Amino acid sequence: MNQLRRTFLKFSGAALAVGAGLLKSGAALAAVWNKAAFESKAVADALKNLGAPNLIESKDITITAPDIAENGAVVPIAVTSKIPNTQSISIIAEKNPFPLSSTFDIANGAEGYVSTRLKMGETSNVRAVVKADGKFYTAVKEVKITIGGCG
Amino acid sequence: MAEPMKIRATLQVDTADVRILMLHPMETGQRKDSKGAVVPMHFIQNVVVTHNGKTVLDAQWSQAISRNPFLGLRVKGARAGDKISVTWTDNKGDKRTDEVAVAAPS
Repeated sequence: MNQLRRTFLKFSGAALAVGAGLLKSGAALAAVWNKAAFESKAVADALKNLGAPNLIESKDITITAPDIAENGAVVPIAVTSKIPNTQSISIIAEKNPFPLSSTFDIANGAEGYVSTRLKMGETSNVRAVVKADGKFYTAVKEVKITIGGCG
Repeated sequence: MAEPMKIRATLQVDTADVRILMLHPMETGQRKDSKGAVVPMHFIQNVVVTHNGKTVLDAQWSQAISRNPFLGLRVKGARAGDKISVTWTDNKGDKRTDEVAVAAPS
């Protein structure tokens, strides 16, 4: 009886170890959620935590967004980057409580284009940050909000 | 349980135009319910889009993405019948994967 219990414990211990290993490798597959950047309350901190303190203004980035959005809960935003080797696109709503809204890592033939919908608390600049060849480029567009969407 | 996504992938010359609509509450953690209690955060953190098994887009999101999120992207070099698969994971560990084939232009 005792012997059986011992074997069982050994076995379950091994199973646990395997389970933990699997979990670890699973997490490594997806990009790690950049907690520090997403929880930054200032634009400068968010940029720093993105690893992009220095930005180059670029005309090759187009932000497609309404000039005036009536409903801040649903602001359609599209970012197109014509910069070669675009690796990632981040969208920052500068006056939101947590400015960084999203980061899109692009690979394997996807074009430098993403489109999504944001919540915005108030009228603010929307900044796109594009990473290409290890450098960071940026463009800004102001979006006026009639009714805030953060409440 | 998570609702299925609506995914449309349409071929335009050599590029697949992919449009995804996910059904998710995307709670910011700032809203209060009728009793004044804060509704806890509940939002999609990670979205992975693959084209024939290869990752083309790996998105990290905050709670600032709208409720029932929309995501649009374009995949170059796609052909009709190629598989586009989308997986999202939220901050509570919920997951959902859906797959479509790229449709030929009509």
